Amino acid sequence: MPIVVGYVPTPEGRAALDRAVEEARLRGLRLVVVNASRGDALVDARYAPAGDWDDVLQRLTASGIEHETVRQVEAVDPADQLLQVAHRTNAELIVIGLRPRTPVGKFILGSAAQTILLAAECPVLAVKAR
Amino acid sequence: MDAIGSLIDGFATAITPVNLLYAFLGVLLGTAIGVLPGIGPAMTIALLLPLTYSLGPTQAFIMFAGIYYGGMYGGSTTSILLNTPGESASVVTAIEGNLMAKRGRGAAALATSAIGSFIAGTIGTLGLALLAPVIVRLAVQMGAPDYFAVMVLAFIAVTTVLGSSKIRGLASLGIGLLIGTIGIDPTSGQQRLTLGLPELADGIDVVVLAVGLFAVGEALWVAAHLRRSPIEIINVSNVRMTGDDWRRSWKPWLRGTVIGFPFGAVPAGGAEIPTFLSYATEKKLATHDEFGRGAIEGVAGPEATNNASAAGGLVPLLTLGIPTTATAAVMLGAFQGYGIQPGPRLLDTQPTLVWGLIASLFIGNTILLALNLPMATLWAKLLRIPRPYLYAGILFFASIGAYAANTSTFDLWLLLVIGALGFFMRRFGLPVVPAIIGIILGPVAEEQMRRALQISNGDLGGLYNTWFSKIVYLCILLLLVVPPIVRAVRSRRAGPPQPDVAEEAAPHPHANVEGL
Repeated sequence: MPIVVGYVPTPEGRAALDRAVEEARLRGLRLVVVNASRGDALVDARYAPAGDWDDVLQRLTASGIEHETVRQVEAVDPADQLLQVAHRTNAELIVIGLRPRTPVGKFILGSAAQTILLAAECPVLAVKAR
Repeated sequence: MDAIGSLIDGFATAITPVNLLYAFLGVLLGTAIGVLPGIGPAMTIALLLPLTYSLGPTQAFIMFAGIYYGGMYGGSTTSILLNTPGESASVVTAIEGNLMAKRGRGAAALATSAIGSFIAGTIGTLGLALLAPVIVRLAVQMGAPDYFAVMVLAFIAVTTVLGSSKIRGLASLGIGLLIGTIGIDPTSGQQRLTLGLPELADGIDVVVLAVGLFAVGEALWVAAHLRRSPIEIINVSNVRMTGDDWRRSWKPWLRGTVIGFPFGAVPAGGAEIPTFLSYATEKKLATHDEFGRGAIEGVAGPEATNNASAAGGLVPLLTLGIPTTATAAVMLGAFQGYGIQPGPRLLDTQPTLVWGLIASLFIGNTILLALNLPMATLWAKLLRIPRPYLYAGILFFASIGAYAANTSTFDLWLLLVIGALGFFMRRFGLPVVPAIIGIILGPVAEEQMRRALQISNGDLGGLYNTWFSKIVYLCILLLLVVPPIVRAVRSRRAGPPQPDVAEEAAPHPHANVEGL
């Protein structure tokens, strides 16, 4: 029953990771960090660059909690990839980052957070960047 | 000065609001497709060929030339920020340019490539304006055997000099020549390779061919290789150069222009060789021992070279009707669509078109500088477009274009067949450029050959009985014989073979190395 966190290389993503590490330590649970891309565009800002991902791995090792990392490119929406990982690992909690959006912006653009909130089989903790 | 006077008349044509608008549209589109790897000026012009049914030739060619120039600018942005050349002429730029960007000097690299492209493009266009009338004066004296010899030179150059494998180049040229002969033989009136199908009697429309090979072939190829890890983009803030950058850049710009223009102007194809030459020259002349760690000279030189050679490439196209690149070949197809045969008479029969086109190149170049210098990083945002959307759009326009050619569904099936051919050529590493040049130039070359043979009553000597054709055949012989000898001598002298620059700059799997 691990905690699954969706990581993106943005302030929101880092806030979610920080909170997830805290939460995992508090509950004494394993942490699964997911960074996913659909891989259909040449550049995907939400796919962590190599250097950034190394920092994440270092952080996790330094924190001393039991962890697993998933960094994948699959022909599925990143939100669904996160949900699949949560389902496979039978997650107790999902942690995601939320970014500020106006109602109009939300109307025009889809939201990965919304997909996860609506379809998750376990509680979801949404974190904002400070 | 006759040329200068005509050029001023050309500006009068180019500066009209409608023509300015098409020039702007062309360079805008050109930059966009230059940024996107796999989509190049040749494919874009092929997709826009149906416009020639409704647009006047002057407007169409002003726009096409803008796309051609714009592609050269846009390609450098992707090379520098992503290490993925947007098109073939920018492969060399990626070597030093990406290293500069990694060291935080990406802004200077983008600036030197934009300004260098502008300077080289302007000098090159001026060279085009001055050289074209001179070549025309020589070209009117050329007979059928001379033309045929120059076309053979273009065929040989494009197959053997470019690309990694001569056999594959020749195979691709053979495919192109074969497709080019489909239809009614213009000399005897017999049907050839039509398989009894009445739809093939007129030959295959150039729109269907170009769109099928470039757009459908590439779309199928991308669809077969869709999922890949996204690559990292290096963020750059304000694009500007320091005084030191200027001092180190201006000489490579000028040297690059001098190297690029003649290579574009002789019918020996493309911007790849001169950009490599420019890179090698700058490396040799460099006083700063910075090559291999991101030297600005290594960006300034090749970027100037590819724009100068784009300008040079228009010289044989406009004066002899001989394309040296895929883009020029598709433009030749567009000329033929208008019933205009580029050649020595073009300057006399269509002065407004030619000089308006040349003048608009100066204007387009200036717009490109304004578009690229402040907005290079904005253009890079195009790379976030998911490819399924992009290629769905391309396939849509490809089908519309192919259908509009003759409003027959037969052409749509043909488009699929040719698209499949394009896919398998990519799959088996056959370069597409020789094929398209064979398709478009082949029938013209055949006509000249037949004419030469008719004059000589079928005697093969009629193909090389002029001094000019003899010189050209000698050049072809040298082209075929010298490089292997040089390579053999060098490898014996150097001992173990040294890694080639081309291999160091191994293109990313996303990159369509031909940049079509």
